[in-house]
Amino acid sequence: MSRITVGPFNRVEGDLEISLEMENGRVAAAYVNSPLFRGFEQILVGREAMDALVIVPRICGICSVSQSAAAAAALADLAGVRPTPNGQRVSNLILAAENLADHFTHFYLFFMPDFAREAYRARPWFAAAEARFKAVSGSAAGDALPARAAFMQIMGLLAGKWPHTLTLQPGGVARAPQAAERLRVFAALREFRGWLEKRLFGDRLENITALESIAALRRWMDGRSATSSDFRLFLEIADDLQLARYGRATDRFLSHGAYPREGGWLLPRGVLDLPAGSLQPFLPADVLEDVSHAWLEDDQPRHPSEGDTRPVEEKAGAYTWCKAPRWQEQVVECGALARQAVAGHPLIRALVVEAGGNVASRVIARLLELALVVPAMESWLRDLDDGPFCAQTEIPADGRGCGLIEAARGGLGHWLTVRGGHIVRYQIIAPTTWNFSPRDAAGTPGALEQALVGLPEAEPLLVQHVVRSFDPCMVCTVH
Amino acid sequence: MKLLWLQSGGCGGCSMSLLCSGAQDVLGLLASAGIELAWHPSLSEASGDEVRAILADFESGRTPLDLLCVEGSLLTGPNGSGRFHMLGGTGRPMIDWVRSLAARARYTLGVGTCATYGGVTAGGINPAGAIGLQYDGNQRGGLLGPDYRSAAGLPVINIAGCPTHPDWVTDTLLALALGQFGEADMDALGRPRFYADQLVHHGCTRNEFYEFKASAEKPGDLGCMMEHMGCVGTQAHADCNIRPWNGAGSCTNGGYPCISCTEPGFESPGHAFGRTPKVAGIPIGLPSDMPKAWFVALAALSKSATPARVRQNAVAEMPVVAPAIRKTGLK
Repeated sequence: MSRITVGPFNRVEGDLEISLEMENGRVAAAYVNSPLFRGFEQILVGREAMDALVIVPRICGICSVSQSAAAAAALADLAGVRPTPNGQRVSNLILAAENLADHFTHFYLFFMPDFAREAYRARPWFAAAEARFKAVSGSAAGDALPARAAFMQIMGLLAGKWPHTLTLQPGGVARAPQAAERLRVFAALREFRGWLEKRLFGDRLENITALESIAALRRWMDGRSATSSDFRLFLEIADDLQLARYGRATDRFLSHGAYPREGGWLLPRGVLDLPAGSLQPFLPADVLEDVSHAWLEDDQPRHPSEGDTRPVEEKAGAYTWCKAPRWQEQVVECGALARQAVAGHPLIRALVVEAGGNVASRVIARLLELALVVPAMESWLRDLDDGPFCAQTEIPADGRGCGLIEAARGGLGHWLTVRGGHIVRYQIIAPTTWNFSPRDAAGTPGALEQALVGLPEAEPLLVQHVVRSFDPCMVCTVH
Repeated sequence: MKLLWLQSGGCGGCSMSLLCSGAQDVLGLLASAGIELAWHPSLSEASGDEVRAILADFESGRTPLDLLCVEGSLLTGPNGSGRFHMLGGTGRPMIDWVRSLAARARYTLGVGTCATYGGVTAGGINPAGAIGLQYDGNQRGGLLGPDYRSAAGLPVINIAGCPTHPDWVTDTLLALALGQFGEADMDALGRPRFYADQLVHHGCTRNEFYEFKASAEKPGDLGCMMEHMGCVGTQAHADCNIRPWNGAGSCTNGGYPCISCTEPGFESPGHAFGRTPKVAGIPIGLPSDMPKAWFVALAALSKSATPARVRQNAVAEMPVVAPAIRKTGLK
């Protein structure tokens, strides 16, 4: 048995190191190390409750709004307020802008450049992949980045700036977009839609979301040349490299529910437990965090509302700063694939029933979400009315709050306790804490650790594809 | 010029902000000035052992390192070991890499308030021992020490901001590449003066409310946020309201106060960010360069002269009174 270390692992957000134990030419065991600890949960202690809105976005520069939204939701829970309908719509627009920009960034900058590596030169699609996706110099870097920057003008209009806005509030938003600004948001959305339809999909967004079966996706593929769009080229590559065969984890999919609206969410809350064959409700009480393999003071698994974060310098058996969250003691996966699988999009359900969570299905779900959410953004903008944008909020001096939202990469939860107006406990479970968790006390590896097992040593790029298929955000993971 | 970008104990938000550049092709813009991106953790192809080889070549001097950009605080804990941030795959603390590479660099740049002064990561009990490259808060020193000079003879260039505006980064790099940046272009805190010699107040869209001290009282109000909401835009050094963010934005335009994120120690203001500390009803933090007695006198006068339109709009989410139309034309 040999052991290899992969790192620094780039084109992920933040720092990552992976150790692989090889046996008979395959990965026998994987250990995921999040090598950065900053201690945000301790930094927050002692602050006035509303200061969380300044501190938490700075956990992460790519999920900044998500962190704000989770804090705003936790503070709203603490104060017993709900955002006004207009406030919710604008919050949704701001969060969706970040989530979609993250999917877009992941595809063009983080994930696809690996297919332009020399190792794939002999593949029939290589010339197209190299011209389009080569890191820094490919044509996508030249036209996807300006398209992304133009789309992010929505942040300038609605949220002041990105990252690290303070517009999101427990009662809604601190900035009511006026008539001229709404029109400019509308224009930015139309422009982005146009770019996606021309470059990414080569088809109308509505035609992409209407692909409701694997057969329909095949027909769509067969009707187009491999280079007709970026999505089509990805499907070509995924077929050729059989990406659907790699990166399977536990096939338990968690979603906190994304984009609240009257009576529920655009994408509902739940856990799709494929091994158990059932769709179950997600109850926050079912979550425990285990610290047995983290450089944190030993403790029994705790619910985050009772949890602590106390780093230690050395600890036998520890190999990361990341805790191990578990749902009903099970390892779950979150992200766009989980959201769409729980929400029941027919194509995504068919893909996970056929081959589970894997490199291909994770990427397809992310791109499908771009096609699904842009029209939702258009409708939230249309629905803005003359009502208020921010419900006024009195934060109680003592109490608890819990905020659960969906970031681009999956479920994000904040739990806070305040006493005498000041934060005495703040605990966070980020999406990649779920996906890149270490082993728990029972020795059960986390989702990525399971997804890497079995990969052939002879094809090291598969490790890169599997890791990036989760779109990890390492700065959020440990925070 | 070869540019190496390292992400230390931060959030990566300055890199993400850079990608919001209004330039049609920000990477092409840098390339056109002769700046070659040797490695950036979010953008480059090289991973794992390929990166270790690039770093080894810079460290040994085999490849000249022209521009070292560091994003994120330098984490010295626990107990000075730097183990709170090991650079993946290298078995070495990031602070060790940064010390070693800064000794080779022609120019060393701190990108963001974490890398320059410690930033949010140094807040509260500063659990990870976060400091900046050449400052710890407003004290000179930091990781590299008060006397550090890069090979070109400059102290660390502090592109402070949380996050940095994309242009602050690109324009500093362009000025360096064009040979148009020297020590005289840095302010007393090491920040490029082209943006740090401005105040956030300059160009604020709420200026009419400021003039009349017509103040916002709660999130969402349109009025000036200095009196009640914690805004320190009249003291904070940056051109945020002259150089818009994401096309058209700024903090004050987005409905929230300036929290002076380009200043050392902004993370621990000693009061709630969203509330102005006052003595006898007067904000402690007055506009820069303004004598207190004059401020008090002018504020009292302007409050009594506030037009009804400005007074009413200040505490509303949407303007409720439009400016009057003068029938005689403008004079």
